[in-house]
Amino acid sequence: MSTTGEFERRGHSRWVRLTHWMIALAVLVLLYSGVAILMVHPRFYWGQAGNDLMRPLFEVPLGPNYHTQQFSAQTPFLTGPGGAATADRLAEPWNQNGWARSLHFLGAWAFLFGLAAYLTLGTLTGHARQRLLPRRGELTGSALGQDIKAHLTLPMPAPPPGAPYGLLQKLTYALIVFIALPLMVLTGVTMSPAIAANWPVLLDIFGGTQSARTLHFFSFSVIAMFLLVHLMMIALTGPVRHLRAMIVGA
Amino acid sequence: MANDRFLLSRRGLIGGLTSSSALLLTGCGESQPPTYGNLLRMGDNFTYAMQRSLLSPTSLVREYDRSEVTSMPATGTYDPAIASTGAHDPEAGRDYAVLRKGAFADWRLEVTGLVDRPTSFSLADIKRLPRRTQITKHQCEEGWSAIAEWTGVPLHSLLTACGMQPSARYVEFYTYDKNADNIDMIDALHPQTILAYGMNGQDLPIGHGAPLRLRLERQIGYKSLKFLRRIVVSDRFQDLGNISGGWAWYNGI
Repeated sequence: MSTTGEFERRGHSRWVRLTHWMIALAVLVLLYSGVAILMVHPRFYWGQAGNDLMRPLFEVPLGPNYHTQQFSAQTPFLTGPGGAATADRLAEPWNQNGWARSLHFLGAWAFLFGLAAYLTLGTLTGHARQRLLPRRGELTGSALGQDIKAHLTLPMPAPPPGAPYGLLQKLTYALIVFIALPLMVLTGVTMSPAIAANWPVLLDIFGGTQSARTLHFFSFSVIAMFLLVHLMMIALTGPVRHLRAMIVGA
Repeated sequence: MANDRFLLSRRGLIGGLTSSSALLLTGCGESQPPTYGNLLRMGDNFTYAMQRSLLSPTSLVREYDRSEVTSMPATGTYDPAIASTGAHDPEAGRDYAVLRKGAFADWRLEVTGLVDRPTSFSLADIKRLPRRTQITKHQCEEGWSAIAEWTGVPLHSLLTACGMQPSARYVEFYTYDKNADNIDMIDALHPQTILAYGMNGQDLPIGHGAPLRLRLERQIGYKSLKFLRRIVVSDRFQDLGNISGGWAWYNGI
């Protein structure tokens, strides 16, 4: 049974510090390689299929391949459904996927092991339930409103590092560790042809390969925004003591 | 004396390192995909080992309805006879241009290596072998995907027709666009691994690899080589270009 008093004596537990930095390093590698992969084809679709000859859901104005692909005139397939066609791509696009994909999957292994260890230990030790999830009766509209107001005015609330966390902090951490991070793994493996062949239910859950890719991007956007706010909050509320608490503990 | 011994052992150490790095660098005749000491390639091999041990070797990719067929761009080499497309080999390009002019009547697929009956197949020979039609999703490493109907001979039927020997461990593919690659037997014998001569009910278009291409449905698109000319059955792993070229050899993800 962890209490606030115990936290103040020992700081973040060793497993929290270890998995935090393992996941943090993996996320940085994944963000870097993921953006390189995105730049090769910065177009998003919904469903199973999507390519340069099909209408995208949206495009990200990123990198040298944005709106630069050159194709020959389209030739229709005789038996495809209305308008299914082919065209030759006349120039090789910018592509760094040789290293970017392999680096992404290397980072993904570290991320998967770190996240699995974190979620397992977080559940077994009660860390998740006691510190990250709001307590019964804690999540009320007025409490939430007060916490939001407190974060919009300077000076920012700056309690000591670690638990107990504020309401907004709890909700944010819970969103990231229980929803966004696992969603990255699930939407990521749904894009794998070998894994989707083994568990086709993944394609049904996310609505297809391209839907999974689009959700992977949305989830990435949430994590990237979290990372910015997380670093900003640390910078605003005593970066040295926060770093010390997450590196050496107390 | 102590110094001499040190020198000798250092010389021995240097010799040992040189010969072991020579082993690493050859890349030919390995029993595993080589990594050349590259951390990324070690990660690729880890993914390969994990997918092979955690996923069923016989799981089938989803097949779609004809109404779900989509447009599909022809990327990479879209015509081996044109020097400006992708990986071009001038000599192979000239050969390909001649074959194409003759509607591929003189085209042959050579199957050699660890087979009891090395065979040279014409397109008509291949069309007489067992036929499989499948509507599947092509997933490019770039991020796009497309659904198309493919008709061809299952690779296992072709290998059986040639009397594949039990020592076979890898199947190598060589093409008219200067590409070469190999796959393991789990993929080679998979029921959806076919050599396709038809696409969406018509002959395979030039841009998609006429007259014959590989469809390797449980890996990323660039493993499905186009413009096939020769197949070699082997008992050793050979790096035919992907790994030394900086790309993953196994692409189940």
